[in-house]
Amino acid sequence: MGSGTSTQHHFAFQNAEKAFKAAVLIQRWYRRYMARLEMRRHCTWSIFQSIEYAGQQDQVKLHNFFSYLVDHFTPNNHNERDFLNRMFTEERSPQDSEMENCRDYESIEVPDSYTGPRLSFPLLPDHATALVEAFRVKQRLHARYVLNLLYEARKHLVQLPNINRVSTCYSEEITVCGDLHGQLDDLIFIFYKNGLPSPERAYVFNGDFVDRGKDSVEILMVLFAFMLVYPKEFHLNRGNHEDHMVNLRYGFTKEVMHKYKTHGKKILKLLQDVFCWLPLATLVDEKVLILHGGVSDMTDLEFLAKLDRHKIVSTMRCKTRKEHKKQAEEKGKANQTSSAGTPSPWFLPQSHSLPTSPLRPSTQKAHRAGRSSSVPCGVPLDPKELSHRVRHSVDLELERCRQQAGFPVIKEKEEPLPSASEADPEAEGRREPTQEEWRQVVDILWSDPMAQEGCKANTIRGGGCYFGPNVTERLLQKYNLQFLIRSHECKPEGYEFCHSRKVLTIFSASNYYEVGSNRGAYVKLGPALTPHIVQFQANKATHTLTMRQRISRVGESALRALREKLFAHSSDLLVEFKKHDKDKTGLITLSDWAAAVESVLHLGLPWRMLRPQLVSSLTDNKLEYKSWLKNLAKEQFSHENIQSSLLEALYRNRSNLETIFRIIDSDHSGFISLDEFRQTWKLFSSHMNIDVTDDCICDLARSIDFNKDGHIDINEFLEAFRLVEQSCSKGYASDC
Amino acid sequence: MADDRDREGTEIAVAEFHKKIKEAFEVFDHESNNTVDVEEEEPTGYIRFEKFLPVMTEVLLERRYRPIPEDILHRAFEVLDPAKRGFLSKEELIKYMTEVGERFSQEEMEEMLSAAIDPESNSIHYKDYITMMVVDEN
Repeated sequence: MGSGTSTQHHFAFQNAEKAFKAAVLIQRWYRRYMARLEMRRHCTWSIFQSIEYAGQQDQVKLHNFFSYLVDHFTPNNHNERDFLNRMFTEERSPQDSEMENCRDYESIEVPDSYTGPRLSFPLLPDHATALVEAFRVKQRLHARYVLNLLYEARKHLVQLPNINRVSTCYSEEITVCGDLHGQLDDLIFIFYKNGLPSPERAYVFNGDFVDRGKDSVEILMVLFAFMLVYPKEFHLNRGNHEDHMVNLRYGFTKEVMHKYKTHGKKILKLLQDVFCWLPLATLVDEKVLILHGGVSDMTDLEFLAKLDRHKIVSTMRCKTRKEHKKQAEEKGKANQTSSAGTPSPWFLPQSHSLPTSPLRPSTQKAHRAGRSSSVPCGVPLDPKELSHRVRHSVDLELERCRQQAGFPVIKEKEEPLPSASEADPEAEGRREPTQEEWRQVVDILWSDPMAQEGCKANTIRGGGCYFGPNVTERLLQKYNLQFLIRSHECKPEGYEFCHSRKVLTIFSASNYYEVGSNRGAYVKLGPALTPHIVQFQANKATHTLTMRQRISRVGESALRALREKLFAHSSDLLVEFKKHDKDKTGLITLSDWAAAVESVLHLGLPWRMLRPQLVSSLTDNKLEYKSWLKNLAKEQFSHENIQSSLLEALYRNRSNLETIFRIIDSDHSGFISLDEFRQTWKLFSSHMNIDVTDDCICDLARSIDFNKDGHIDINEFLEAFRLVEQSCSKGYASDC
Repeated sequence: MADDRDREGTEIAVAEFHKKIKEAFEVFDHESNNTVDVEEEEPTGYIRFEKFLPVMTEVLLERRYRPIPEDILHRAFEVLDPAKRGFLSKEELIKYMTEVGERFSQEEMEEMLSAAIDPESNSIHYKDYITMMVVDEN
């Protein structure tokens, strides 16, 4: 009562008000900070995903190029024929007689000094467990046992149907795992956390066991071992990476050859066949369908169940029966006018219920994939145009190459070269799938779900479709299913539901893009098949980092990759920048910079947001683009003896080059001749419209031949990149 | 004349803002249908771009979301620390952030604590904390 109290009240009230305001200020500031962090996380994710998908598109282009060669290049003499044959020796699936050769692993001696695990067949559960333990302590399985295990695995797989039917009445629980991509730590963690496979504990591994990670071989060994030990409870589905052509690019081939120098080639050959025998899908209790990619509006499970899956050697490239016939008829004809005659890029669907053309005109934004990437595929030409242009340039180049590469015009009798289609079309045809068979398999191995209704071509990956909720619904109803489990896409939390929880994506490779980038997950199907998700992240270090630190680490890595990509397109960027600088001031606005960069890289990234990390110094709020490009170059490269213009071309096409190497080097010796390299690079660059002169190519080839012995050692060549990468990573390691 | 230049300047600024807003919006527009979901798991509401753009432009033009300067932030902490010890105890921080103002959720509180609290003293030395966060931003 009285003035004293009211003054006290007044002060108390004022204090409370001040505290309130202070709290609000702090809260707002903190929330804005977190929002920016979240934004950064999304951007980082976009970067990784768009670069990954751009790489996949590249792969498709490369294979289209080689396919085109194979279809249209008529060898003039046996040298050329040999060269071409060497490029595609693995087109056909090996016949049984060839498989018999693989039994000769029995003749491989295992030295007494070998301390790794020894396997004997039939395999016992203890062997499989011992194998996991051996790999955990970094032991290596001897080639003899690898081959033996693969051979036994193949025998088992051959008996399985395309769609494996599994029942939960025998085992109490069933666990489904997604992509592992050679990350053995994740597999070991899953077994540790969830328990080893047993008659009571069934497992389904949903494809993509190999590539990218460094222990693909070990993962396969473990998976096949458990499959042999518990054939009724342990199941594997084929993924799009269980494919020797994909392996050439994404590291599995390299890993095998590195770990098994003597017998690697044999192992790869056997693996190629084993992959074809992997089942395409698993069906649990007739209710839950598990497959690697997804479905399309044309997916026909009965059809899939009946086809000969072994004929689908690779989803990258397929010579189908129908194509054969057309080839024989139309070879030598000038302009092809119908798209049926020209080997169209294999991802163009032939019979979809789609709007007019899957290749949208360049003015429209191409569809965006999944969560956050937006990768418009580079402006694709009308297939006829492309085909014609390519054929013409390739023909010219082939002429010149023939002369230059010194293919002698041998005056031997021109043997009428039996083209494959003439020899024995029936026999050939029987070993190859039809267009429809191939398409159905590609759809289930490559498709991704999308939020919109409908079904359209998956132009970003270059294979399969994007399928909408109505496609899922229709399929589930048609076959009386409860839901779909698929993998194929990396998710930040390791899993994601979509289509009203009718589709579950499960991805088991944690830290896929970078340490801290994402969690892995697996799903357990309980009673009534209700899904129960378990997440993990197989790296102790990440637990101690705060979200802030994790995001910045991943962000650094993404930005590094992005800067490299920018550097690889320096010339094109310069041209674009100049267009925005009509007055030749040497400066452009940031807005123009963003527009220019997007028009060159086509990655669909939020450039304005990334700008502070990519452009450090500004003059008067504008960018001095020439010096910016120079700085990019300085960051990337320290090797003096290769010119920067070539280097740029190398960087941009690094993966392609490496893949070309491995294709040419079909005996996996690790060497290709200078000539082979030059020829192929010439053909490839004309196909891809890379402008390089003859001299440049010769210089490039010679400079890559570091020890000047006339041969290019693949490792020599990659060493150049490795040195750059090493110096980059050293720079960042200290910041952790 | 000056008015025209002003107007032009504003127009350019608005155009720039529009581009920036669109870019930011698109990062979260997963389905490319010009809408952003308000909640991740079960979308109960969403914002259409057409509605978002003018509101955001206004906000940016009026500079309503300028970053909060360090010293103001420091003073805010000092209000909550009247004895001017230079730190807040974990309990005090929790009480203020979760009971006063625009209250934090439990998740938000945990995340803030993970980075802010010095485990040895179980308190937050706010001057250092602010400095660390600001450096990190750049």
